[in-house]
Amino acid sequence: MPPFVTDLRYLLPWQFSPTIFTISAVTVALYVRGLRALGRSGDRVGFWRAFTFFLGVALCYAMLQTYVDYLSAHMFWIHRFQHLILHHIGPVLIVLAAPDRVLRAGIPAGLRRVRIAAWIRRPIQLLFRFIQHPLIAPTLFVGIIFFWLTPSIHFTAMIDTRRYDLMNWGMLADGLLFWWIMLAPRQAQGSAAIGYGARLVILSLVAIPQLLLGAYITLHTTPLYPVYAVCGRAFAISPLDDQQLGGLLTWIPAAMMSLVGILAVLHHILHDPEATAVRPRRRTGPAAPPAAARDLGAPA
Amino acid sequence: MTAVLPQVIRRRHRPAALPTMAAALILTGLLAGCARNGPHYALQSIKGLVAPLDFQLTDQDGKPVTAADYRHDIVMLYFGYTECPDECPTTLTMLANALHTLGPQASQVRVLFVSVDPRRDTTAVLKRYVNNFGPEFVGLRPDQAELTALSKRYRISYHYEKPDKYGNYAVDHSSAIFIFDRDGRARLLGLSDNTSQQVASDLRRLLASS
Repeated sequence: MPPFVTDLRYLLPWQFSPTIFTISAVTVALYVRGLRALGRSGDRVGFWRAFTFFLGVALCYAMLQTYVDYLSAHMFWIHRFQHLILHHIGPVLIVLAAPDRVLRAGIPAGLRRVRIAAWIRRPIQLLFRFIQHPLIAPTLFVGIIFFWLTPSIHFTAMIDTRRYDLMNWGMLADGLLFWWIMLAPRQAQGSAAIGYGARLVILSLVAIPQLLLGAYITLHTTPLYPVYAVCGRAFAISPLDDQQLGGLLTWIPAAMMSLVGILAVLHHILHDPEATAVRPRRRTGPAAPPAAARDLGAPA
Repeated sequence: MTAVLPQVIRRRHRPAALPTMAAALILTGLLAGCARNGPHYALQSIKGLVAPLDFQLTDQDGKPVTAADYRHDIVMLYFGYTECPDECPTTLTMLANALHTLGPQASQVRVLFVSVDPRRDTTAVLKRYVNNFGPEFVGLRPDQAELTALSKRYRISYHYEKPDKYGNYAVDHSSAIFIFDRDGRARLLGLSDNTSQQVASDLRRLLASS
């Protein structure tokens, strides 16, 4: 057997985080409870749906709490792979599994009755509303990638454990939010949900800066990120090979994920009765978000 | 009245105000970032970014030492191994030149050379090696657990290459020189391509400021 199977060291966290461990464990426990509860009420969740959710959670956990975490701190292309999972693939899998219903069913009955105080709930709702704005969500999504890949900022993120953690946490949190806003059914997101048509536009547009950045990194002929030479690479590879691989991972899969997103939104448009029905207008007048963009997906 | 007022407020703040608010927030952040420029060093500042000096190792005389033993000195922490063909001797020579430039003040500086190859670098080997560079150089030998702990703390890596038929092997390792002030706080990051003049002038500034 290859050593990575037999050597438990590779499966154990490089820097153990009780927070990540607890959040992952609670999420999985809630989901399993939810699966059971729904199963008992005759409302079974399909195997592939549950599998997609577990795969998404497992991938994100593996990026943060296994040897991959060490490798990505010491190899640019593995770092780019880690962020591809944390910011794109992991959250997309989790959101496509539509786990909200199962997770809610998994909350113990006693806890479900607890009302969260308005002073906690309101700011969270406002923050979500803010991020849900059709200009903010994509700006944040692309901005966070450019921010951490700015060479001087990238340098500090790789030598400072706290910034490194903040970067990875931010990537995962923003990934979950963005892909939820983009891919979750409109009914699941309240009145401020972005229309399906606008989502298609956003998903196409966010691919462009990622393509450009990936191409810039790949085609750059000098090392942009000296920090990997300073702190040492995890194994022998030439700095430019490392950079080009990392650039390609930023360039091509990122655009592919936009395509996956677009297909998922098209699926909503075709299969969601509400998407094709005329929606009652709750808010009208100048205060309403760009009406034309919102209703592209809902031909009246 | 009570019903109208929130509506007016809400309308004024949404949605055109949101991007403006975001732009204002980002701008504030950028300005705050630019305003924090300290005294100018030639080497890269790592103040507040890298963990303070802390370790428990064995020195070249086989004596257990901790970071506390080097308080009140400026410490330059460097990871390498004695059979290193190029990087380590070049860097250590550059540091020795910097200390020579510094003159008598060099006695307030310690260069801690931590071996990433403790299997071959016994304390005796380390002692012979660091003595080549000067009295300010100290060889430190970790055991495997201590080395792992240090590599996590300072986010550096080391990697053993495949041995040749004589059992000789190279070790890939970091090239960073972590410089700590007298209180053990991380201050500067030296690189192998920094000149001894740059290091000397930065050390002088650090010595003067603390």
